[in-house]
Amino acid sequence: CLHRLDQWFSNGAGMDDPAAPLPTSPSCHEEDGTVEEKENNNKKRTKGAVATAWLTFYNIAMTAGWLVLAMAMMRFYIQKGTHKGLYRSIARTLKFFQTFALLEVGHCALGIVRTSVIVTGVQVCSRIFMVWFVTNSIRQIQNEESVILFLVVWTMTEITRYSYYTFNLLHHLPYFIKWARYNLFIVLYPLGVAGELLTIYAALPFVRRSGMYSMRLPNKYNVSFDYYYCLIVFMLSYIPLFPQLFFHMLRQRRRVLHGEVIVEKDD
Amino acid sequence: MFIFKVWLISIFCSQVEPTATVLDIKSKCLRDEEILQTLPVGTTASFYFRDLGPQLTWGTVFLTECVGPLVIYLMFYFHLPFIYSPKYDFTSSKHWVVHLACICHSFHYIKRILETMFVHRISHGTMPLKNIFKNCGYYWCSAAWMAYYINHPLYTTPYYGQMQVNTGLYVSLFCQIGNFSIHVALRNLKPPGSKVKKIPYPTKNPFTWIFWLVSCPNYTYEVGSWIGFTVMTQCVPVAFFTLVAFIQMTVWARGKHCSYVKEFRDYPTLRSSILPFIL
Repeated sequence: CLHRLDQWFSNGAGMDDPAAPLPTSPSCHEEDGTVEEKENNNKKRTKGAVATAWLTFYNIAMTAGWLVLAMAMMRFYIQKGTHKGLYRSIARTLKFFQTFALLEVGHCALGIVRTSVIVTGVQVCSRIFMVWFVTNSIRQIQNEESVILFLVVWTMTEITRYSYYTFNLLHHLPYFIKWARYNLFIVLYPLGVAGELLTIYAALPFVRRSGMYSMRLPNKYNVSFDYYYCLIVFMLSYIPLFPQLFFHMLRQRRRVLHGEVIVEKDD
Repeated sequence: MFIFKVWLISIFCSQVEPTATVLDIKSKCLRDEEILQTLPVGTTASFYFRDLGPQLTWGTVFLTECVGPLVIYLMFYFHLPFIYSPKYDFTSSKHWVVHLACICHSFHYIKRILETMFVHRISHGTMPLKNIFKNCGYYWCSAAWMAYYINHPLYTTPYYGQMQVNTGLYVSLFCQIGNFSIHVALRNLKPPGSKVKKIPYPTKNPFTWIFWLVSCPNYTYEVGSWIGFTVMTQCVPVAFFTLVAFIQMTVWARGKHCSYVKEFRDYPTLRSSILPFIL
């Protein structure tokens, strides 16, 4: 039980490598005996095979989804020559595939992917927040240039990431995909953050005026919530979180591309 | 007062690569009571030290954690300046439940402070310096958040009126007494200074009879008292705090329960970790 709890609360120390699925966590009661052990090993192997098959399917599906999005965006721009209305045309596909990414948190929680639940959770939640609670709800900012900026960045990042995972699981990773995954983020990550922050900043006056998602006193729940200040807090949270995630990726890059062994601080 | 402490790690020579660093060694640490002569090693043994960094006694951390919410809640209760609108400064609430909530909340933390000073006996003496910032931040901010809404001039009394308030109050009080009884029972389990672990059993005190069903009833009673407080105040921040406390205490209770089960072969099988028959 303690091993599972340890992984739940670990922060950023996990490795971003969805290669071999891990065996299931140990329970309170330890089993011994060779016959039971063999049965356990067989069960673990089947679970591992099922997990790998599912992960392969998931990563192929997500790669395909983001490729579809990329092509839809390019086609719209080529046909119409403007970015106005582009978000509306791809909104449904974007919402579907970005929400589907919630499963990744489940993968980490079940242990079939070796990444910290908290890191993945933070990344996926910030995406969901942007898609559902900012661009989807605040229609007036859907034609902003910053929206296109982060959409393009997300598309490029996700296609690279999911194809990397797919090829990794199939044990046939072309070097250029590995190179792309561990180098493009240096440019794409800050650009994506800029796009997201500019979008939220543009949305603030509309939120203030409409008072959306807010609740004032007095009410029978004895709580109040101001979405305007919530968005400001969300923007400020990028200050501590972005450097941590960025340097985490830089450390991964050094390890994967140059084989350097980084001694991490033991918490 | 910072305490510098190291953990002594001893392993068999054959198990370690010559160039391994301390971080590579994943074996268990030696306990404080172990005597070097009795260790199961050969003629030579390697000792590896790990610096735990600056530490604080658990007593210091617990006291700071508890004094903060006590003071902060009272600041909101007395409507100190710069919190609410200036016309409400130093006024008193007209709702009886607000005064009751202040008494309950303060009683809870005073009880905790007294227990930390006179009742508790914790096995590991210190914890890392980072913990005090993490723990205090959490307790102090939660107390401020709850106190802001309960003591707000626009506070709305519970929907079911006096009946709801009384139910919440009695549940909260019952669980506080229960929590205290469990702490006293755990303290009486072993004489001072002894490190022998024993299974806790129900005593003559009816509040300890829950030991038949639960391994960590102190957490059960704690959750119960916060649920009572939530019902009494009908306040979402309090409910949120109760939920987070429940999750954290369930994690601790499960860890404790697992360690009991591993340590004692004859551990009663009827017991769950925190909720009877459920968790």
